[in-house]
Amino acid sequence: MTDALLALVRRDLRLAWRSPAETLLGVVFFLVALALFPLGVGASPDILARIGAGVIWVLALLAVLLTLDRLFQHDHEDGSLDLLLLAPLPLELAVLGKCAVHWLTSGLLLVVASPVLALLMNLPPDAFWALPLALLLGTPSLTLIGAIGAALLLGSRRGAVLTALLVLPLYIPVLIFGVAAVDGVVLGLGAKAPFLILGAIQLAAMALAPWAIAAALRLASE
Amino acid sequence: MPAPDATPPAAPLLEAAGLACRRGGRLLLEAVDWRLAPGDALLLKGANGSGKSSLLRLLAGFLRPAGGRLLHGGRDAFADLARYRSALHHLGYQDALKPALTVAENLEAAAALLGGGPGRLAPALETFALGELAATPVRFLSSGQRRRAALARLAAVPRPIWLLDEPGIGLDRHNRDALEALIDRHRAEGGIALVASHGDVALARPLVLDLDGPPA
Repeated sequence: MTDALLALVRRDLRLAWRSPAETLLGVVFFLVALALFPLGVGASPDILARIGAGVIWVLALLAVLLTLDRLFQHDHEDGSLDLLLLAPLPLELAVLGKCAVHWLTSGLLLVVASPVLALLMNLPPDAFWALPLALLLGTPSLTLIGAIGAALLLGSRRGAVLTALLVLPLYIPVLIFGVAAVDGVVLGLGAKAPFLILGAIQLAAMALAPWAIAAALRLASE
Repeated sequence: MPAPDATPPAAPLLEAAGLACRRGGRLLLEAVDWRLAPGDALLLKGANGSGKSSLLRLLAGFLRPAGGRLLHGGRDAFADLARYRSALHHLGYQDALKPALTVAENLEAAAALLGGGPGRLAPALETFALGELAATPVRFLSSGQRRRAALARLAAVPRPIWLLDEPGIGLDRHNRDALEALIDRHRAEGGIALVASHGDVALARPLVLDLDGPPA
């Protein structure tokens, strides 16, 4: 069982490595879109610092959203999903493995890039650890919640657009507490509670989302 | 289940009892009965859209039957789907290959996922003369070559029940012979094969299920 899971993770990581353009799409979008803000808002460092955390989080949601379709779409189109169903591996576990790979190739890249972005948005020094930490706690939830939407709309026309409409409202709690965590640290309001809630959302998503995703995939394979 | 004193000569490995399949509100087949003992083969015939692929997907457990029962070794296959699924191969019209990976990487990943050991990979590649293509990414292959790379999974991971949807599509004469030899060997070793085909793959002594036939 673990062999099958490791084989799946290794295959997906290899696929991500072989198609860097697709893999890096999310993080490159993140960087480019963020670079537009200082240009758009104008040369007022105070305003940038005020809106910085919010802007970075909103763009992180969109960047993850951009990469959701590659989670199951290819497997559905080329028949690999059927193979996954025939593996001696609970589908819930397989799904968790696929989500882990997706996070490694999307959310983790955003975490790594985030200190640079904090600099770009003129955030105070405390944000250089608060922002990556908040993203580290929040982005796995984005992958897991988004995967439910991606799996539900598998095979439907304009699935990507519909996924965005379905998933973005579900991202709101992560957004609120993600911004609250960063602002709490930067403004010295205390950020323990939002960090804990981000962690709680992640744990809940990890425990519950695989069941929903697996159920949606079983429907899609009919 | 009580153990029989003398092993019966041909206890059915897979048995359909009044199996019915509904697809998109249309009853594709109703009350199909057959039993397959180790070594048997079932040939599914029928016009396009007669439900061959749907029946095979039903038998793979992807669809639920609209009625009737499917028995695997005497037990309801849908009651313990995980056990049943780990006993079968399903080869659909899609080849389930990753274009970015090589033939060998595809086979290795699929075999590991399906629980097969690495020892059978090289012979499996040779079954369909894929040795020279092993290091070629699948996106450069022709459709017949892809089909061969997908069929190699059958040889790489031993599983008793084979559900093959048009397995011979795109294959040249030589590789079709290799496929027929592979199915014969599988049956000789006690496996069963259910093949949907328009007649391009010859099976020895098959049971024939004609989906175009008048309902019984």
